[in-house]
Amino acid sequence: MDHKRPILQLSHIGKTFEGGLKAIADLSLGIGEGEFVSLLGPSGCGKSTVLRMVAGLLQPTAGIVEWPGGRPELGFVFQEPTLMPWADALANVRLPLQLEHVRRDEADARAAQALARVGLAGFERAYPRALSGGMKMRVSIARAVAANPKLLLMDEPFAALDELTRQALNDDLLKLWAEDGLTVIFVTHSVFESTYLSSRIVVLTPRPGAIGADIAMPPPHGRDRGYRLSPEFADNARKVSDALRAAMERRP
Amino acid sequence: MNTLRLIVPVALGIAVIVAWEFLVRHFGVPKFVLPAPSLIAADFVQEFPKLMAATWTTLRIVALAFALALVSGVAGAVLFSQSRIAELAFYPYAVILQVTPVVAIAPLIVLWVGYDHVERALLILAWIVAFFPILSGTTLGLKSADFNLIDLFRLYGASRWQILWRLRLPTALPYLLNAMKISGGLSLIGVIVAEFAAGTGSDTGLGWTIIESGNRLHIATMFAALAILSVLGIAIFFLLTGLEWLLLHRWHESAVTRER
Repeated sequence: MDHKRPILQLSHIGKTFEGGLKAIADLSLGIGEGEFVSLLGPSGCGKSTVLRMVAGLLQPTAGIVEWPGGRPELGFVFQEPTLMPWADALANVRLPLQLEHVRRDEADARAAQALARVGLAGFERAYPRALSGGMKMRVSIARAVAANPKLLLMDEPFAALDELTRQALNDDLLKLWAEDGLTVIFVTHSVFESTYLSSRIVVLTPRPGAIGADIAMPPPHGRDRGYRLSPEFADNARKVSDALRAAMERRP
Repeated sequence: MNTLRLIVPVALGIAVIVAWEFLVRHFGVPKFVLPAPSLIAADFVQEFPKLMAATWTTLRIVALAFALALVSGVAGAVLFSQSRIAELAFYPYAVILQVTPVVAIAPLIVLWVGYDHVERALLILAWIVAFFPILSGTTLGLKSADFNLIDLFRLYGASRWQILWRLRLPTALPYLLNAMKISGGLSLIGVIVAEFAAGTGSDTGLGWTIIESGNRLHIATMFAALAILSVLGIAIFFLLTGLEWLLLHRWHESAVTRER
């Protein structure tokens, strides 16, 4: 990770909410271009808070967020699909482009292409209520990649999906990551999901959130079902699981 | 099921009318107490031009008051959603306007607009009644936008205007349409109550027709006017329900029929 060009640098970030809850304390983290970083930790450890500060949706109360190469185009995927129910799939995916004043015909073409990339060609005119949970999440991912982001921020996007759908989306996500040369910050509480997806796993300790472990993984190119069943995967998962356990026990 | 839904209430209605006709004749009830349905029908035909003129007078004011309530209610709600100060300043007065009985304000309004423009007084009074549900419903709707969607809009640098137009207004649409159903009915009630309280100008509306017929003991005409009022109220409700279905059936849970 040191050889990669840094895209994001968090320095001594702290976040105390107005009610006095100290969510994050003195967190420093550098992320290089092309990394797939999972932020792993139990619920309530401030993972989402970190992600929102990176997106600029929350302001840190201490420290700074720096973009060494300038702030790149961001994509954000929420835990819920967060689609506009009154708009069909195409109009939902088109939204970021419209907000950035891309011409309508070009926006339509790019949105349709993004939908095709997540396997939803032919569903352009479908309204969210007619789609399954997995399909809604695919629309949400298509929306995030439609604007050609450099950095994709994902906040437990697959937590509410069934196991098979989740695995299929994991593979599709890795494909998008490889094809587009994306950098991904992926928030999850699943040891297995982070082990499968990541090139690096950052374990957060609970309340206030700080870095408990920073584990390098083999680069996740060309992973498939075989990897999930391999001894190598089991070893990596055990390593991550131990680190998570250790981080939990270090709670103040 | 659908035919049953139509046949049952219609059959009940016919049975009641037949019984009514029979009882009135059998007991010889005087027509200035309760006229027989046949007499009401005959009166309706006889007074038809007068009744239609009155209907048109009332309906015109109802439509205008409703349109005014719609425009001003939505505009007020948009203002409230954009400015907390405006909401704090104006909302209590909107509530006061709403809770004051319209009959009690009527003489004052008539006095202010002058007896030569009673129609304007009716318009203002009906507007007062119809305005609040639109304002309050739309305000609630504009505030109900999904927080995550607001964040998403902000992430892509959306302006206030874009958030209002592309997110808040569509979110508020089901609330607005529901408020319109309430307001549509209230506009009609508002105009009739205002006619009762303020009298009427050169033109006679349905409300005044009812009072006048009552004074002259033309109870059959009174019933005819009442029947027209019911039909108007039902028509307004169905029209707005249809509009709601048209705009929501593709996406909103309330308007979607579930597959079983």
